[in-house]
Amino acid sequence: MNLRDFRNFTIRDYQDLFAKGELVPRELLTIFLERIREVDSLLHAFLFVNEDRAFARAQKLEEEGRDRSVCPPLWGIPIAIKDNICTLGIPTTCASRILEGYIPPYNATVIERLEAAGAIILGKTNMDEFAMGSSTENSAYGPTRNPFDLERVPGGSSGGSAAALASLEAPLALGSDTGGSVRQPAAFCGIVGLRPTYGRVSRYGLVSFASSLDQIGPMARTVEDTITLFEIISGRDERDSTCAPYPPFSRAEIPQEEEVRKMIIGLPREYFSEGVDSRIVGTIEEVLKGLEKEGLTIREVSLPHTSYALEAYYIVAPSEASSNLARYDGVLYGLREGGEGTLQDMYFRTRTSGFGAEVKRRILLGTYSLSSGYYDAYYLKGMKVRTLVRQDFERAFQECHLLITPVSPVFPFFLGERTKNPYEMYLADVFTIPSAMAGIPALSLNCGYVDNLPVGLQIIAGPFQEGVLFGLALFLEQMLSLPLPLPEIGQQRRS
Amino acid sequence: MEGVYVTIGLEVHCQLLTQAKMFCRCSTDYIGKTPNTLVCPVCMGLPGALPVLNRKALELAIKTALALRCEILPEVVFHRKNYFYPDLPKGYQISQYDFPIGVRGVLEFALEGERRKVRIRRVHVEEDAGKLVHEGLGVERNVSGVDFNRAGIPLVEIVTEPDLHSPEEAKECLIMLRSIVRYLGVSDGNMEEGSLRCDANVSVSLSPDTQGAKVEIKNMNSFRSVFRALSYEVERQAALLREGKFPVQETRHWDEVRQVTVPSRGKEEAEDYRYFPDPDLLPFRIPQDMLEEIKATIPELPLQKKERFMREYELAEPEAHILVQDKDLAEFFEACVREFPAPRTVCNFVLTEVLKNLNAFNMTIRESKVTPGMLAELLRMVERKEIGISLAKGIFEEMFATGMSAREVMAKKGISFLTSERDLEKIVRQVIEENPQSVADYLGGKDKALHFLIGQVMKVTKGQANPEVVKNLLLRELTSGE
Repeated sequence: MNLRDFRNFTIRDYQDLFAKGELVPRELLTIFLERIREVDSLLHAFLFVNEDRAFARAQKLEEEGRDRSVCPPLWGIPIAIKDNICTLGIPTTCASRILEGYIPPYNATVIERLEAAGAIILGKTNMDEFAMGSSTENSAYGPTRNPFDLERVPGGSSGGSAAALASLEAPLALGSDTGGSVRQPAAFCGIVGLRPTYGRVSRYGLVSFASSLDQIGPMARTVEDTITLFEIISGRDERDSTCAPYPPFSRAEIPQEEEVRKMIIGLPREYFSEGVDSRIVGTIEEVLKGLEKEGLTIREVSLPHTSYALEAYYIVAPSEASSNLARYDGVLYGLREGGEGTLQDMYFRTRTSGFGAEVKRRILLGTYSLSSGYYDAYYLKGMKVRTLVRQDFERAFQECHLLITPVSPVFPFFLGERTKNPYEMYLADVFTIPSAMAGIPALSLNCGYVDNLPVGLQIIAGPFQEGVLFGLALFLEQMLSLPLPLPEIGQQRRS
Repeated sequence: MEGVYVTIGLEVHCQLLTQAKMFCRCSTDYIGKTPNTLVCPVCMGLPGALPVLNRKALELAIKTALALRCEILPEVVFHRKNYFYPDLPKGYQISQYDFPIGVRGVLEFALEGERRKVRIRRVHVEEDAGKLVHEGLGVERNVSGVDFNRAGIPLVEIVTEPDLHSPEEAKECLIMLRSIVRYLGVSDGNMEEGSLRCDANVSVSLSPDTQGAKVEIKNMNSFRSVFRALSYEVERQAALLREGKFPVQETRHWDEVRQVTVPSRGKEEAEDYRYFPDPDLLPFRIPQDMLEEIKATIPELPLQKKERFMREYELAEPEAHILVQDKDLAEFFEACVREFPAPRTVCNFVLTEVLKNLNAFNMTIRESKVTPGMLAELLRMVERKEIGISLAKGIFEEMFATGMSAREVMAKKGISFLTSERDLEKIVRQVIEENPQSVADYLGGKDKALHFLIGQVMKVTKGQANPEVVKNLLLRELTSGE
């Protein structure tokens, strides 16, 4: 077997080969490890490749044998994990200097569930430090590059996971989405990424950035695989008080094709404004025409508070972050810049050298917003805007089943293009932030290519309506029948 | 002190008696345990770990607030109190801010028999921090350790209004508060072990119309040190005022060795804790039936019990006051009275002999092997004049030490005590027969002869007869013989 054979594979195809005895987990793992060796020096999608443990685990799975009747759905499937998800015995750094060499003594709930489902932890993927960023350039260990064009960013903050999937270094990945960190890199790399309803996936073991917004999301090359992964990681968890007390997602929640054809799709006019690249709008409009032809109804709707969502997000998220990141003080784990002086000096030196510029910027923003005398004007007002944003969506979903929007107003930008101006970078998330603020699910799906760069389409649904969302995503995927990505890494550089 | 106006408010923290910590399942039984053995990712604040509320901690805090007659707020909201310190693993403490468990309560206590009231400003629940260890690390100097065994243990914080006006009052108020948390079973209220901690705000003025500067006193580790620290502080501030100087608003530490308060080293600028609702914990709406269930578990409280004892058992205030301070002791007393319905006798014996023995062995009544029934039996024997009171005290000591009953003690010690007056009558008659001269002397008007005869009876009984009973028997025999 050869990597190229896997280009259009879903997890089910790998399972078929396992079942027929034509492939074994170690063989599959070796193919992906070779792929990583081949291209990751160019991409830098991985911060840590879990080679030895993964190999031992694959061997153990083989020795135990594959029980056909009760075979766990991810048996023998390698999966890449964003480096802000705690993995027992495997470094978890959040791409920060302050957690360099930190090895968690416990597994996140999602990791426990993946392992129970037979998956093999392939490695930890690169990200913006503490998930703060939209390009993976804020990694303390160097940026990840976009497999479609190495001069461009893969998006962020889950850029490593997205790049690993697009380049087929891994067949499955986990990311996390606070304001768009799963969906925007998925769009930039032409793969599928879901931000679940807030509370649908346990956050236990996800290193907190902004607790009221963080959600772990499945990322995959196909909608089908995204569903498979979501079924495994979702569902109640007693270790996370914010996790909804519902059972895991089930495929049974996905409507049939004939129901999808009867759907009304809303187009929020605020998402198709002047600031959006016309080629992106054009590509999405083509898709919408296709949907109409298939019988779906397209209707314009309005989400009037969209423009305030971004501003409110940059109050709320940094506020929570300033508190969540207080624990990195050099006392118990991670980096400590000791030496002479007082305790205060140690804190100051550790945090000065351990955090990158963007993380410091957000800690300062958040500290300011929560300060006495400013709390009401900033944090409290931010939370009020959040309510208005959520109500916008509630109203829209009275008129339609789902919303379709662009994921990003722009194509993957060049490395360094937006790093000078943080606000420019923040604008990259303008279409992913409102749904995150509302706590509702949204999925990014590739809907075409312009100049060999993917265009991401976002489907937004009401709370806990992932089933409806997947229904349309599956329908679209089939309707578009786009080739799955497998760019020639490094070949396009001179074009 | 004449012309000195004192205002004191207390801020008391009690560790709640839950099995598990407030937000994880680690044990709270930390006294004497090896450092950092009762910890997990949650109470160590490891990246990615999340808190899950222990309902029991909430129940105990609500129970405390109800007992202090607070209004219970309908929704429990946890806030993060952000500050940096090595004993605080997350860089913030999960506490409560503008929605505490209870507000506007009242605590009643007694000072020299007089009923006093202090208003309770708020009762809230929060997590304890770890503990810095500066000694015994076996490494070079200037190295400190942190023990997180205590981190995450639930605390209830009780804040009074500044309604107290003397160190005596503050001390009695605190003793009553401890008594209440113990009655409720929400805390063991041990100041020495730190399960009850008290800070105080003191301000002194030379005029009833002005308010002095508020000085916060910390590090008082016993009721005595609370009293002494406050007395010292009142004197210190009054002396400054008399010199025309003004005390500054500050935090001071009680120095137990030097018996003085000293300014804290920390910076005096007001700290901004940047409180905000903890997004990891959703607000908890207290169901009405939960409140009712908790209310039903609140027992009779010390002050009510004291007043009932005075009414029902006709005890004096000081006696009742001591009896009810310890709920177990009060219950021991009542159980004893049920079997031996002479409350005054029981009270006297409990407050003298029982307390003496408990103190001597540094034990609580709960640990004692003497049951109320055993004490009742002993007192009954005294009442029947089978033994004298001084012998009874000796027997009780033995009962206390061995757990044997009064009869067992006597059998073991070979004290052939006199079971009935009939046995004694025999001896009395025998002594009368053997001493005709003395009988004649007595009948002839020599009262001293009676004492000789009593002495003879006592000699025969090896001192175990009750002299009063012997005297009465002798008199009866001698007069009937006439």
